[in-house]
Amino acid sequence: MIKTHVLNAIFRQSLSKSAYRRFATSTALNSENHYDIIVAGGGMVGSTLACTLSKNPKLSNRKILLLEASKDFNWKPTEKYSNRVVALNLNTRKLFERIGFWKHIESVRYSPVYKIQAWDALSESMITFDSSNDTEEVAYIVENSLILYAASIENKSLHNLNIINEARIKSCNLAIHEDDEIRVELENGTSYTCELLLGCDGVSSKVREAMGVQYVGWNYKQMGLVATLNLSEDTEENTIAWQRYIPTGTIALLPLNTKQSSLVWCNTKDNIQKLLKLPPEQFVDELNSALWKQYERNDIVNQATKFLNNILRTLDASSNIMQQLPPNICSIEQSSRAAFPLGFGHSANYIRKGAALVGDAAHRVHPLGGQGVNLGFGDICCLDEILGNAVYSGRKLNNLLDLRKYETARQRHNVPTMLALDGLQKLYTTDFTPVVLLRSLGLQITHALTPVKRAIIEQASH
Amino acid sequence: MLKTIEKFIIKSKYILPNSLRSLSTATTIDEREIKNFEKHSESWWDQGNEGNALHSMNFLRVPFIRDGLIDTCIVNEKYQDTAAPLTGLKILDVGCGGGYLSEPLARLGGKVVGIDASNNLITIAQEHANKDKSLNNLTYMVSSIEDFSSKNQEVFDAVVASEVIEHVNDQSRFLNECVKCLKPEGSIFLTTINKTLLSKLFAICVAETMGILPVGTHEYDKFVEPHILQRMLEDNNCCTRIIHGMFYNYITNNWSWVSDTSICYAVHAVKTSS
Ligand SMILES: Cc1cc2nc3c(=O)[nH]c(=O)nc-3n(C[C@H](O)[C@H](O)[C@H](O)COP(=O)(O)OP(=O)(O)OC[C@H]3O[C@@H](n4cnc5c(N)ncnc54)[C@H](O)[C@@H]3O)c2cc1C
Repeated sequence: MIKTHVLNAIFRQSLSKSAYRRFATSTALNSENHYDIIVAGGGMVGSTLACTLSKNPKLSNRKILLLEASKDFNWKPTEKYSNRVVALNLNTRKLFERIGFWKHIESVRYSPVYKIQAWDALSESMITFDSSNDTEEVAYIVENSLILYAASIENKSLHNLNIINEARIKSCNLAIHEDDEIRVELENGTSYTCELLLGCDGVSSKVREAMGVQYVGWNYKQMGLVATLNLSEDTEENTIAWQRYIPTGTIALLPLNTKQSSLVWCNTKDNIQKLLKLPPEQFVDELNSALWKQYERNDIVNQATKFLNNILRTLDASSNIMQQLPPNICSIEQSSRAAFPLGFGHSANYIRKGAALVGDAAHRVHPLGGQGVNLGFGDICCLDEILGNAVYSGRKLNNLLDLRKYETARQRHNVPTMLALDGLQKLYTTDFTPVVLLRSLGLQITHALTPVKRAIIEQASH
Repeated sequence: MLKTIEKFIIKSKYILPNSLRSLSTATTIDEREIKNFEKHSESWWDQGNEGNALHSMNFLRVPFIRDGLIDTCIVNEKYQDTAAPLTGLKILDVGCGGGYLSEPLARLGGKVVGIDASNNLITIAQEHANKDKSLNNLTYMVSSIEDFSSKNQEVFDAVVASEVIEHVNDQSRFLNECVKCLKPEGSIFLTTINKTLLSKLFAICVAETMGILPVGTHEYDKFVEPHILQRMLEDNNCCTRIIHGMFYNYITNNWSWVSDTSICYAVHAVKTSS
């Protein structure tokens, strides 16, 4: 009895002290505007991150705020496809199933991809990425807006998540000392404080700017043109993603349904400007010719690839045998053409005391491999696990050791992927013979060597 | 390896001894130890807590305590896998120092009492805890374990003494006082340094002769071997559940579990109901 008494007295004492503390700090800090976590930017990555963290049972008692510059998202699915689509990998699908996005996507539409076929216009070489058997999916084509739509439905039901739209961030004040609070100021003058700030505000991230980290970036002298395409023949199934390397860039056709595909055409800025202005019929002609055109092949390259093919065949590692043909395009959806600048960018650090970068804010890649947003979703899975573990071990959310783990794990994955994509893009925008020779031999060997391809697919799906 | 140990020891001295000096006559507190540690008390939190070996040791010892308690089935199932798995449990951190371990345990929902014989360290711990408004279930007291246990018998679900026992005078008595505070079926968690040639070499010979540590920081005689500790626990009605070796990587500031207990180790034992 007496013992309990003493203990209770101790706890009471501590309680009154903490009540005093709360009073003392409340004048300095408006607790209404204080959050445990602020997610800056509600694009695909930011709104998915906010949902993932809010649904983590280990973080359920944390208050999370999502700040997005644009207006409330009230897109409704229509019959017409949006021209912005992404190729999601298997891990992203798993994440979407876990956090409840997938059921909304499934109830509207998505297109599974069973095979990715890439071929080089300057040689005969071809590479196919598929799973070990033809019935397994390797990617899913989903409209960007549909992902945001799924996020907006799920996020509305979360009691620990507050979303503010039309909230453009002007500046961020990051922590210098151990227990400093982080302050985010909006252009409209409101400010919010938090323990951990997560920058998902895209390529020109304000959070990254405040972190003062080194950022390596360059613009490719290229742009990406997107459009929704109608196919000539109603194929039984349209489940292959096609990618052709041509001397001026790349063309990718991503399946939407049996009659339509989405186009991502990377080309020089001048060419893209011209293509945007062409009347639809002429545009389609240009596209078909770019897809089918036989470029003048270099003899040496031809000889070498044939020679290699023969060797591979004798080794029973077939290379080009199953080459299928890409679909023919008959028209484009009205006003579905749009163009975006392409660039490469990587932040030397993803973290600082109390802050971390996620998605395009940390890394921007060429759309060549359809990897851009998947890298961001991979970041989310990693950060979610690390923060959950930190809280479950009694650490604060802004613990530098935890944030560093996130940085190390993600850079270890993202950097090689990014360099490979950047290298590929440089490799494929040249017609210099030795390079063409090497890349076609490279493609052919990779195609024949199942374990190498498997490794590539695995890298791409994390 | 050598540096690892040195660094560990240098860092250890900031935190270690605590349950020392005191309010009672017959005491487990070693005055010399306390003085050593108080010298460094100001630098407790200010080196940026993440760079510190004792801070990074939390990556092992907090989950060790949390999972140990979950395994003994005293954690309410509805709190498992939440942010506060230790909700409702009373935990005593003996020799809490500046509160490196008390704070995370309190954040996990435990009602934590941290005691330390050093007034300075308790002040530092309290000031640091004041900065985190969520820590309203954490209390610090200046007290020896003897004084505390006499007023708080069978009150706690868990007693923790991390990096403490190698600095006290009468280890068997120290354990006895700790166990007194435990409820039957309650858990005691200890981490300490083994008594081996290896630990002697690094902790005393190397660190002290090189002037890295003041002579006398560690006394080899006080280091305790796992089986001796286990026997002392048994003498106090505690049944050992787990003994794990711990390894500190100086370069990466990372701790990991190892099977080898020859330098540092952690013990979890449970008080029998009789
Ligand atoms: C032509 C093209 C084709 C692509 N194709 C693919 C593909 O096939 N597969 C793929 O995976 N990826 C593809 N990508 C890349 C993909 O679109 C990006 O990786 C993805 O959009 C990144 O998402 P994010 O949320 O990180 O950034 P963003 O989409 O840029 O979102 C940033 C968000 O932050 C908000 N914001 C910015 N600044 C502020 C501020 N100051 N205050 C408040 N809010 C702010 C913005 O409003 C926006 O909502 C392609 C990109 C391009 C250009």
